[in-house]
Amino acid sequence: MNDVTVFGIKACWKWVVVIAIFWTFHLLVSDRLNPYIFDIIIYAGINIILAVSLNLVNGFTGQFSMGHAGFMSIGGYLSAYLTMLVFNLFPGIDTQSIYGTLFFLSALFCGGLGAAVSGYLVGLPSLRLKGDYLAIITLGFGEIIRVIILNIETIGGARGLPGIPALSHFGWVYTFVVLSIFTVWRLMQSPHGRAFLSVREDEVAAEAMGVNTTKTKVRAFALGAFFAGIAGGLFAHYLLYLNPQGFDFNKSFEIIIMVVLGGMGSISGSVIAAVFLTAIREALRELQQFTQIDFRMVIYSLMLIILMLTRPNGLFGTKEIFHFIPLRRRSLHDVKA
Amino acid sequence: MLEFTQHIINGLSLGSIYALIALGYTMVFGILQLINFAHGDVFMLGAFIGMYSSRYFALDRNPSLGSLFIALGCAMIGCAAIGFCIEKLAYRPLRKSPRINILITAVGVSLFLEFSGQLLFGADPKFFPEIYKPSVNWSIGELVINPLQMIVLATALILMMVLQFIIFKTRLGRAMRAVSFSHEYASLMGIATDKIISSTFMLGSALAGAAGVLVGLVYPKVEPLMGVMPGLKAFVSAVLGGIGNVTGAAVGAITLGLAEEFLVGYWASTYRDALAFGILILILIFKPTGIFGVERIEKV
Repeated sequence: MNDVTVFGIKACWKWVVVIAIFWTFHLLVSDRLNPYIFDIIIYAGINIILAVSLNLVNGFTGQFSMGHAGFMSIGGYLSAYLTMLVFNLFPGIDTQSIYGTLFFLSALFCGGLGAAVSGYLVGLPSLRLKGDYLAIITLGFGEIIRVIILNIETIGGARGLPGIPALSHFGWVYTFVVLSIFTVWRLMQSPHGRAFLSVREDEVAAEAMGVNTTKTKVRAFALGAFFAGIAGGLFAHYLLYLNPQGFDFNKSFEIIIMVVLGGMGSISGSVIAAVFLTAIREALRELQQFTQIDFRMVIYSLMLIILMLTRPNGLFGTKEIFHFIPLRRRSLHDVKA
Repeated sequence: MLEFTQHIINGLSLGSIYALIALGYTMVFGILQLINFAHGDVFMLGAFIGMYSSRYFALDRNPSLGSLFIALGCAMIGCAAIGFCIEKLAYRPLRKSPRINILITAVGVSLFLEFSGQLLFGADPKFFPEIYKPSVNWSIGELVINPLQMIVLATALILMMVLQFIIFKTRLGRAMRAVSFSHEYASLMGIATDKIISSTFMLGSALAGAAGVLVGLVYPKVEPLMGVMPGLKAFVSAVLGGIGNVTGAAVGAITLGLAEEFLVGYWASTYRDALAFGILILILIFKPTGIFGVERIEKV
C-alpha cells in the first residue's frame, strides 16, 4: 500500500473527484429541485457530519459521549456571531462574493476550533472516567453549555439568534461531509487511529503497549467536537436562526441513535443511518400532521432498545459497507497488509 | 435570618424528594453497577399514577392524610410493577453483554417512557388534584412553615427508615447486600439473584413513585418530561454521597437540595439546572467515590 500519505495526490484524488461531483450537482441542479426535498438533503448532510464525528468518539474510541449537541451549538453560535459581526461592520461585502465566502469559511473554522477547544477542556478532566460516568458528565456539560448560552444576552439568550447571513449551501455542506469522512477514514488507517481502536478494545493493554490513553481519548474528543462545531456552523448559516432549545439532550440522543443504528465503529454505517433517520423523520412528520401525535422519539427509542436486544452491533458493526461486497482487489490488499 | 430559615426549609423538602429518587439509583447501582437512566421517568409515571388514582377515587373531594396515603400506595405499587417490567424486559436479557450496550438500553428505556408518556397523557402539563389540604399554616414567630413541605419531609424520612430497616434487618435486605457484594458467591449460597435484583428494582421504583406523588402535592404540575431533570439531579446526589451507599444518597440529596435552594434564593435562578452538573463534575474530578464512598480497586 504505497498510497497511504495523507496529502499525497494518489490518496486524495478520489475524494477531490467526489467533492467536484457535489459542486457540479450544486451548480447545475440545486435551483431546480423541490426546496423541501433539498432541505432534507442539506440536513442529512449536516447529520452525516455529526454522526461521523460522534462515531469517532463513541464508536472508534469507545467513549460514550452524550453531549455532542453542546459542541454543535458552540460551533454554530460562534461562527454565526462572527459572520454577523463581520457583515455588520462591513456592510459593503457581498455575501456571495469571494470575500464573503472566505469570511464564512474562516468563521466556520473558528466555530469548529472553539468547539474543539471546549471539547479539549471538557475532555481533559472527564475522560479519566469510564463508561456511565463519562456519559452522564458529557450530558451534564452539554446542558451547562445550553444554560450558559441561554444566559448570554448578546447572542439572544432564550429568544434565540435571528438574522444570520445565508452563507452555507449544498456545495459547502457536502464539501465538509466529504472532508469529515475523509479525515476520520484516513485517521483510522494511521497509527493515531490504531491508538484510538486500542483504547476501545482494551484500555489496560493499550496502556501497557505505550499508548497514552487519556491523551488519545482527549484527541478523539477534541476532533469529534471540531467537526460537530463545523456542522453547527453550517446548520446556523442554513437555517439562519439559532435557538438554545434546539441543542438540548434530545438532539444529542438523536445523533447517538444514528451512530448506534449504523454500528459503532463503522463510518459508512453512520452515513447510511444519518440519511435514513433524517428521511424517516420527515416521513413521520407527515404522519404526525395526520394523527397530531409525535411518534418520532417513541420509534427512535424503541429502535434503540430492540437494536440492543437483538443486534447490539448496529447495522454494520465495526465493518464498512464495502466489506460486505466481495471485491477481489481489496481482499488481496488485506492479505498483504 | 427569616429568609435564611425559609430557604433551609425549602431546601430540605426539595432535598428529601431528590433523596427518594436517589435511593433507587444508588440501590440499582450497588447491585448491578448500572445507571438506570429510566429511573427519573419512573418518578414521572409515579406522579401520573398518583394523579389518575386520586381522580379515580375522587380523593380531592375529602382531602386528608388518608387520601394522601391511598395515592401514595397506588403510585408505589404501580411503580414497583413498572420497575419489575423494565428490569425483566430490558435489562435482564442484557445481563451478560458489555456495559455500553446496557447503558444504551437504559437511555432507550428512558426516552421510550418519556415519549410514550407524551403519547398517552399528552404533552401539556396536567394539574395534580389537591388530595391533602392543610387547615392552618404553621408559624413560629414570623416564620411561616408550609405544612405540605413538612408532610413531604416526614413521609420521605419515614420511607427512608423503612428502607433502612429492609436493607439491614430483613432476609431480603441481607440477600440484597450479598448480591451486591458478588453475584456468583450469592448464587452459590442459594440466593436467587435474579429475584433479588427484581425486588431491588421494585423497591427503588416504589420510592420514586412516592416521590412523584409528593412532588405533585407541593408543585401541582405534572407532565411527561418532568422526570428528566429531577432524575439527573437525583443521580448527581447519589454520586455526591457515594454511589451504592444508601445513607450517602440521602445526605447527598439533602446537600444538593439546599445548595440549589440557596443558589436560586441568593444568586442566579437561571443557573439552577447547571448547578447540579457543576457539582457532579467537581465531585468526579476531585473525589469520584463521593462523600461516603469506599475506594474500589479496579481488577484487570
